[in-house]
Amino acid sequence: MSKKVLLYLVLIIALFIASAFSMGLGAVKIPIKEVLIILSKKIGLFADTPVSAQYEGVLNIVRLPRVAMGLLVGAALGISGTAVQGIFRNPLAEPGLIGISAGASLMAVIIIVLEVALFAGLSNLLGYYLLAFGAFSGAGIAAMLVYQISRTDGKSNVATMLLAGIAINALAGALTGLITYIADDQQLRNITFWMLGSLAGATWETVLAIAPFVLIPVLLLPRMGKALNAFSLGEVQAAQLGLKVNQIKRNVVVLATMGVGAAVAVSGIISFVGLLVPHTIRLFIGVDNKHVLPASALLGALMLTLADMLCRTIIAPIELPIGVITALLGTPLFLYILIKDKKKLVL
Amino acid sequence: MLIADSLTFEIGKRSLVKDISFSIRPGELLIILGANGAGKSSLFRLLSGEKMPTRGHIQLHGKEIAAYTVAELALKRGVLNQQNIVNMAFTVMEIVMMGRYPHYSNSPAVKDIEIAQQVMELTGVIDFADRSYLTLSGGEQQRVQLARVLAQIWDVPNALLLMDEPVASLDLQYQQQTLAIAKMLSKRGFMVVSILHDINLAGQYADRIIMLKNGRKWYDGTAAEVLSSKNIYDVFEINSDVYTNPRTLKHFFIPRNVSLNINSQ
Repeated sequence: MSKKVLLYLVLIIALFIASAFSMGLGAVKIPIKEVLIILSKKIGLFADTPVSAQYEGVLNIVRLPRVAMGLLVGAALGISGTAVQGIFRNPLAEPGLIGISAGASLMAVIIIVLEVALFAGLSNLLGYYLLAFGAFSGAGIAAMLVYQISRTDGKSNVATMLLAGIAINALAGALTGLITYIADDQQLRNITFWMLGSLAGATWETVLAIAPFVLIPVLLLPRMGKALNAFSLGEVQAAQLGLKVNQIKRNVVVLATMGVGAAVAVSGIISFVGLLVPHTIRLFIGVDNKHVLPASALLGALMLTLADMLCRTIIAPIELPIGVITALLGTPLFLYILIKDKKKLVL
Repeated sequence: MLIADSLTFEIGKRSLVKDISFSIRPGELLIILGANGAGKSSLFRLLSGEKMPTRGHIQLHGKEIAAYTVAELALKRGVLNQQNIVNMAFTVMEIVMMGRYPHYSNSPAVKDIEIAQQVMELTGVIDFADRSYLTLSGGEQQRVQLARVLAQIWDVPNALLLMDEPVASLDLQYQQQTLAIAKMLSKRGFMVVSILHDINLAGQYADRIIMLKNGRKWYDGTAAEVLSSKNIYDVFEINSDVYTNPRTLKHFFIPRNVSLNINSQ
C-alpha cells in the first residue's frame, strides 16, 4: 500500500472517530455508544433500541450541526490554504496571514451592520447566504490585492507578500474598528466573535448556508493539482508548459477565496489552519498538489474537529475561542519555517 | 522551420530588438552571442512567445506563433529559461515529469516515465531523482530544469528548443555535456537556439552564430565566417588573440587584459 493511500485511510478513519467523540462532548455528556446508536438509527439500523430523548435532542440540535460545521470549515481552510500557497508559489502564504481572512471578515462585519439596519435581523438562510457571499467577495478582493502587490515580472516576492498582508490586515482591522462605532450591542457581540473565531454559532441553517461554498472548492480544487504543480516552476514556465496561466489563476483564487469566505462568514477568523494543514501533509507525502489538495481537506476537517473538542473541554463549562488554539499551534510552526528558510528568504 | 521576419520590440520609446530577420531549419544549432544589453534576452522572449513583437512576424512550421494556443505551442517547443525559482520541495523526478504534463491529462503513461528516466540519465541527475529539488546545488538544479525541458520535447519531431544561457552555473564537464546534448538533438532534426556568453563554446558547437549589438543583428554565419578578432571587438569591445586548435583546426580566442579607466588625480 502506498504512503498516499495509507494517509487517506488513516485520515478518514481518524475523522470518523474524532467526529463521534466530539458529538459526545459538552455540558450534556453522551456516551459514545449512544452517539453511535442514534446515528445508526438515522440510516435505519438499531430502530428498536431505545435511546434517551434528551440525548437524541442534544445530538440533533446542538452537536451534529456543530461537528458538521467544524468539518466544513476545516476542510475549506485546509484546501484553500494549499491552493493559495500554490498560486503564490510559497508555503508561507496563509489566508489569515496575508489578509484574505481579514478581507472576508471586514465584508462580513459590514454586512452584519448594514443587513441588520436594512432588514432588521439576520436569521434566515438568505441572510446567511448574503453573509457568505459578502465574505467571499471580501476575501477575493484582498487576495487579488496582495497578489498584484507582491508580484514583479511574473514572480511573487515573499517579503512583499507578507508585508502586503500586514498592511491589509491592519487596514481591515481599522475599518472593522470604525464600524464597531456604529454597531449596537448585539452586533458588537457578533463582531467580537468574528475576530476570535468560533464554531459556537453553528446551527443547521449556517451549516446549510456554507455547505455549497465549501463543497464546490473541495470538489473542484483537487482537479487543479497538476496546474498548481506547474505553477510552482514560475508563471512563465507554466505558460511554456501549455497552461492558460491567467485563467487558472482566476479559477484557483475564486475557489480558494470561496472556501475561506464561507469559513469566515460562519466562524470568524480561524488562522493558521491553512499553514498547519498543508505543511503537515507535505511532511508525509511530499508536495505533489494532486494529493496534497484532497488530503488537506481531510486533515483540515480533522484538525478543526480536534481543536473544537479541546476548546470545549479545557476550561469547561467556559468555551475557548477555537482561533486561540489554532494560533497557539500555528505560530510556532510559522516561526520554525521562517528560521529554517531564513537564508532563502533573503532578497 | 522557424522564420523570424523583421522583428522589432519596443518598450516605451526604447527599442530592445531592431529589425532582426533570420530563419533556421530542422537540424541546425544556432547560437546567439552579444554583450549585456545587446537584446539577446528580448529576442529570446519573442521567439518563445512570451512577448509579442511590436513589429514583424515569427513563423513556426509555417504558422504564426501568435496563432498557436499555449497548449499547441507546448507540444512543439521547449524553453529553458535563465532563471528558475522553485520554493516548494518537489522531488527531481516530479520536476522532470512536469515536462511531460502537456502530453498526458491525469496519470502519466509508461512512455512518459521512460522518457523522464532517459533524460535524467542524459543530464546526469538520475542519481538524485528522489531528492528534493531545494537541496540541490545551483548547477544541479539547472540540469534538472534542462531535463524537464528535454522531457517535454523528447518525442516531438522537429521540435524547437530554446535555451537562455543554459551553462551559466554549470561546471566544465556539464557545459560540454549540455552543448553536446543540444548538438545531438539538432542532429535528430530539432531546431536549437541558444544564447551563450562563451565565444569558444559557441565556436565549438554552433552550426551557425548570430552576433547582436544594440538590438541589431550584426553578424550571421558559421563560426568560421563570423568569429574573428575584429568581429569580437565590434560586438564586445574587447581585444582578443586568435589561436588554432591543432587537433580540430578550429579557431579559439583568448581575450587580452583590459585597462581600467580610473581617474587618478
